[in-house]
Amino acid sequence: MDLLRFITAGSVDDGKSTLIGRLLFDTKNILADQMEAIERASKSRNDGEIDLALLTDGLRSEREQGITIDVAYKYFQTPNRKFISIDAPGHIQYTRNMVTGASNADLAIILVDARHGVAEQTRRHSLIASMLGIPHVVVAINKMDLVGNSEDAFLEIAKTYQDLAQKLNIKDLTIIPVSALNGDNIVDRSKNMPWYTGETLLSVLETVNVLKDKNTTDGRFSVQYVIRPQTEELHDYRGYAGRLQSGSLRKGEAVKILPSGTESKIARIEFGGQEIIEAGVFESVTILLEDDVDISRGDMIVSVDNSPIVSQDIEALVCWMDDRKTLKAGDKYLLQHGTARTKCSVRSIEYQIDINSYEKLDEVESLKLNDVARIILRTAQPIAYDPYQQNRANGAAILIDETSNVTVGACMVE
Amino acid sequence: MSNEVSMSISVKEASDLSNQGNIDRRKPDYLDQLEAEAIYIMREVAGQFERPALLFSGGKDSITLVRLAQKAFAPGKIPFPLVHIDTGHNFVEATDYRDMLAEKTGSKLIVRYVEDTIKAKNLKEPTGKNASRNWLQTFTLLDTIEEFGFDACIGGARRDEEKARAKERIFSFRDEFGQWDPKRQRPELWNLFNGRIHKGENVRVFPISNWTELDVWAYLQREGITLPSIYFAHERECILRDGRLLYNTPVIEKDPEDQIVTRQVRFRTVGDMTCTAAVESSAATLEEVIAEITVSRISERGETRIDDQQTEAAMEDRKKGGYF
Repeated sequence: MDLLRFITAGSVDDGKSTLIGRLLFDTKNILADQMEAIERASKSRNDGEIDLALLTDGLRSEREQGITIDVAYKYFQTPNRKFISIDAPGHIQYTRNMVTGASNADLAIILVDARHGVAEQTRRHSLIASMLGIPHVVVAINKMDLVGNSEDAFLEIAKTYQDLAQKLNIKDLTIIPVSALNGDNIVDRSKNMPWYTGETLLSVLETVNVLKDKNTTDGRFSVQYVIRPQTEELHDYRGYAGRLQSGSLRKGEAVKILPSGTESKIARIEFGGQEIIEAGVFESVTILLEDDVDISRGDMIVSVDNSPIVSQDIEALVCWMDDRKTLKAGDKYLLQHGTARTKCSVRSIEYQIDINSYEKLDEVESLKLNDVARIILRTAQPIAYDPYQQNRANGAAILIDETSNVTVGACMVE
Repeated sequence: MSNEVSMSISVKEASDLSNQGNIDRRKPDYLDQLEAEAIYIMREVAGQFERPALLFSGGKDSITLVRLAQKAFAPGKIPFPLVHIDTGHNFVEATDYRDMLAEKTGSKLIVRYVEDTIKAKNLKEPTGKNASRNWLQTFTLLDTIEEFGFDACIGGARRDEEKARAKERIFSFRDEFGQWDPKRQRPELWNLFNGRIHKGENVRVFPISNWTELDVWAYLQREGITLPSIYFAHERECILRDGRLLYNTPVIEKDPEDQIVTRQVRFRTVGDMTCTAAVESSAATLEEVIAEITVSRISERGETRIDDQQTEAAMEDRKKGGYF
């Protein structure tokens, strides 16, 4: 059985939490005591109807205000797959949380309120999903019961969305009419919308092919830690602990160490102390080389005939995440890429992207919280990267403020 | 009848064949994926921090952490100590297991006692029917972090356990008072963990954040790990209180309404004796435990943790105060 990570995004009151609650409820993943707790909490509020949204709102202020303010993770499974649901808040000031949640997602569910159609936030969430390279997007047109389960209403919104999607990089798009409140087309097919013959939401979640999304071609291994037991029997042991960011590496394969460019051969690959012949994408292994080369944390071991770009000058899309300081040309940060961390300075802001209209804005002086822009960076040490849209794991980087130590920017290197 | 027999043979043969064809390591199972992620996180801790520690309780989640750490750093030893904050109200089976595991893995074990903190700081211990030293562990934990200068503490918390935990980062920043601020959490993007801190601050790291209770049990079974005996069915004298079975130990203050009963029980979580309830069970092996939990309609903390029942935000409040 495999694992699917998906994010749900939508405007305030689009019913995201209700949708997750509904998925958990209809797949029988809510346990008796959790249900009782929700019933108790529902009774003490407004109308006393059972509010499935209460399943995901974890913090006191969220329950008080009835909104979601931070990324919440929920876990459930069906006989076919295990799921990690990432619930990202729809509130405007929390766009950075959606970027956070989207960075690890295989699939995005974007909720649209059938009464309002494609809204400003739909455009924003779709751009983020596309920018973060989420391979599968499902648009769930929710609250169909409030527009009389009308096929025409659905088709009109679907058409508007498809036009919008043309401007974005969405590889696989599915549009489904649903009612999270009533459970229509979530797990069970709707009796109220006989005109809809497509898949239910759960059926898409269960069958989407995530294996194909992985980059299995570019062998990239970031060194996290050097294992040197220095005991009598393992006196000369020197193992490079890390994870395959993409591709695979084999015993005997010729490799290059970046950024130095030194070449060597893989003598041995181990997992948990046992020898294996080949390591595949996302596996955490230990690599031993034939030659005694100088390698430390932050270096990358790659296939000799398939090299990433090695450069100190990089262009990236950045989503700015700091609410206290802005980003300006000339500012200095730490750039963390893979396991490498290097100082960098902002050469220039090329242009900002209006995340609602998708227009490019020139001559932008500074970026504030939730702004998205294309920037040029100069790093102190060269970094070995692949363009983000080809290789999510090796094209991603974060900016860290050196004084506050806070993560202030999400970079997708181009 | 003959049809059934031949069918069962062909099913068996088919599964044998598929086993042979299943050596493609690029199609990992979800447990492999979770394991690879947890090992990656362990190594990030070793790579980013100078003085990490693994918070070890003797419970199944921290036993899982130790196995993951062994795998992450093999053939070397685990490059950080195991730290146990002992309330003095722990099950002897769990503390025995702790000592045995530390010895077997060649890890340094540091134990600090809540009892000592209570005396040194003249803390007022909660009294009464459901009194527990659980919350007082925070004081001992923070003192221990300061004593050894730990900059990262690895813990076995999972997001499926509780609503506040579902919102916590894998690298969870704590200020110099050990406090968690849910509204000012660092964005955690891709698998890029930011462990930069100032002196005196620290990071709590949760490598099995994305595991569920069942994943932990399934992993322990797959890895063939022996657990403390209290996880399996045994006869035990218990206090029956408000429908829950607590171990009949002198550290729990009795109430006139308590009934003393002997039942066949096992523990689903192992924490402080005062706040961990047993469940009636006949499951004697990991397989049987997994079968029982799979059909159980009650969550782990709901069934066995008394400390979470007090208010809707009990865990959130404890975490803000510096709890695990």
